[in-house]
Amino acid sequence: MKVIRTREWAFPVAPARREVRRATPEVDEGRPPLLFVPGFGHGAWVFAEHWLEHAADRGFPAYAVSLRGHGESAAAPKATLRAYAHDVAQVAASLPRRAVIVGHGAGALVTAHALARYPARAAVLLSPVFGGAGTALRNPMLSLPALFGGGLRLPAGQLFSRELPAGAARGYATRLGRASARAQWQLLRGRTPQPPVGDPPVLVVGSPDDRIVSDAALRRVARAYGGAPLLFPGMGHDLMLDVRWREPIDAILDWLEKSA
Amino acid sequence: MTYSAGYGDPESGGPATAWRDGWPVYDRSGTVCVIGAGPSGLTAMKNLKEQGFGVDCYERETSVGGAWNWRHDRSPVYSSTHLISSKPFSQFPDFPMPDSWADYPKHTQVLEYLEHYADHFDLKPHIWFGTEVVKVEPAEGDRWDVTTRSTGGYGGERIHRYAAVVIANGHNWSPKRPEYEGLEDFKGEVIHAAQFKDAAQLRGRKVLVVGAGNTGCDIAVEAAQQAARCWHSSRRGYWYTPKYALGRPADQVNDTMLWLRLPLRLRQLIAHRTLKTTVGDLTRFGLPKPDHKIFETHTITNSQLIYYLGHGAVTPVPDIARFHRNSVELKGGEVIEPDLVVLATGYHPVFEFIDGNLLGVDASGRPRLAMHAFPKRLPTLAVAGLLQPDSGLFPLVHWQMVAFARLLRMREAAPAKAVAVQRRLEAELDRKWTGAKVQGTSRHWFEISHTVYLKAIQRLLDELSLEGAVK
Repeated sequence: MKVIRTREWAFPVAPARREVRRATPEVDEGRPPLLFVPGFGHGAWVFAEHWLEHAADRGFPAYAVSLRGHGESAAAPKATLRAYAHDVAQVAASLPRRAVIVGHGAGALVTAHALARYPARAAVLLSPVFGGAGTALRNPMLSLPALFGGGLRLPAGQLFSRELPAGAARGYATRLGRASARAQWQLLRGRTPQPPVGDPPVLVVGSPDDRIVSDAALRRVARAYGGAPLLFPGMGHDLMLDVRWREPIDAILDWLEKSA
Repeated sequence: MTYSAGYGDPESGGPATAWRDGWPVYDRSGTVCVIGAGPSGLTAMKNLKEQGFGVDCYERETSVGGAWNWRHDRSPVYSSTHLISSKPFSQFPDFPMPDSWADYPKHTQVLEYLEHYADHFDLKPHIWFGTEVVKVEPAEGDRWDVTTRSTGGYGGERIHRYAAVVIANGHNWSPKRPEYEGLEDFKGEVIHAAQFKDAAQLRGRKVLVVGAGNTGCDIAVEAAQQAARCWHSSRRGYWYTPKYALGRPADQVNDTMLWLRLPLRLRQLIAHRTLKTTVGDLTRFGLPKPDHKIFETHTITNSQLIYYLGHGAVTPVPDIARFHRNSVELKGGEVIEPDLVVLATGYHPVFEFIDGNLLGVDASGRPRLAMHAFPKRLPTLAVAGLLQPDSGLFPLVHWQMVAFARLLRMREAAPAKAVAVQRRLEAELDRKWTGAKVQGTSRHWFEISHTVYLKAIQRLLDELSLEGAVK
């Protein structure tokens, strides 16, 4: 655990306006709030599509943040991974109760960094992209432009399973944005996050048919948190937008109810 | 908390299991007692809970926030109180203050922050509000008997037995009043800064503010705007640093130098130069020249005092020699005629509920604690937040309490190693945690440098990591 953080104290992350979407249950049953963190290029809308309402229907107050430079949040062309993690910790700490953080894709790495700065009740890493050379080599055509400051290329075919109608997939793909070049670089470098504070239980969820995250990468992340991944074969990278979006979210909520 | 049917103490869920001086003692088994629900008490509870401990907190007031809650009798805050350390140094390291707040939040925001912290981590159900601690006494097996009663002394007393105790009763509530010759004959009004709540108290009066600490300077600035006349008496020269330097909060600039690992001498040189070119020579306003280099005691953080000195709205004067019936004589012979004297002379730490010998309290009231927190040979007792840092206090108390919770955990998991850690702590009982040699007056004994102190905490936490214990 790192106690002395002179750099963070001397150079605090600049404030930014953040988009937070929410769906809260009609009756508060005292369940912990969920905070969804979208991956690079994605905005809070990807969770607002199906998962927020579904979680709220099952009694969990659900929130989704757009990292700075994404969705409706303020533009941030120079944002770093630390700034993204700051966004997550800020929103988590503003919630009425200790939150469960659910991060997707590279947002799972952002979540892992945020877990070192906010004692989450639990965390879920969905199709986690923890970066490093391995991820880049698996997806050379996606990551190559990023080496030169371009955006990560995220074609619909890589993100969704074939079950999703082509029109819907194209519609989602056109709504994608991009992360800052610096953050993409930091993702490629793949610095290991500091250990989480408050010892939260961590669940890793993914699909063996994910074309961005390999099965081995999934298992590696799960092992780092002392478990095995929960797998949904046949689904694409964007679990929350795929046709069978109900299955993973239900499994996550079941896990939370059981571990509560 | 479960309630037992029928008899016994409802709080402890069972009949008394031991007796002390003819009174029943209710055993709370592994639960830890936290005294006070101010910032230190709250973070103690949160971190003990996080390590799996049960906690009971006793708070004499009916709400959380301690000194930061202006509704509390013992709160020293006044209407204009703002933090003097910027947000990164002031917030708990795992619970950031909102981005939307300014660099130096106001006291009402600090209270809001603490209330939110208590709700967020679900601490309130563990707090017994309106209950004060009367006595804390050692029991067998390194455990503690804590006697409590309703605040004000109504109703009976109860004794509970705890596995450990955290004393978080604060150190800014018992006013320190210096002795002056002739003070009792003085006809003007004399108040301590603790009784200063609002600038309206100064309006139109002739005010003498005594003490050049951060509070004294704040009150002098208020008086400069509200009072008919303001004298500001200081015994010695201090370094006054503005809240902003080089366009950024000054403490962030200072930590930039620390981040660059500049040695102390160089930091002092840079700071002297920066102050010389921005603030200038303060002796030309009549302030005494600092008798020490910067960083040897904490600097006074106040941008406005210099401004009002420049307007002539604050007259700096030396120490008080004696009081007369209608006037005050200063050292050097000058006589002034204030009708209100505000003593911003600080506070004493007081631990009225525990035998001073246990904390090693000496004649001057100073306890002897390893890292200002851990008393000798009492591994299950800690004092939280008895620090005067050159940054915000909250992050430091947070880490103190993380360390204490882990120390308690290690006593169960690896007792031999816990004893070794305890011994090592005790070997450094008289160590100071300051960056430079600190000026030796009594008020500076719990002054610390945040980096030196946190380095010691880092070492302690590394020793306490249980993975290390297994290897």
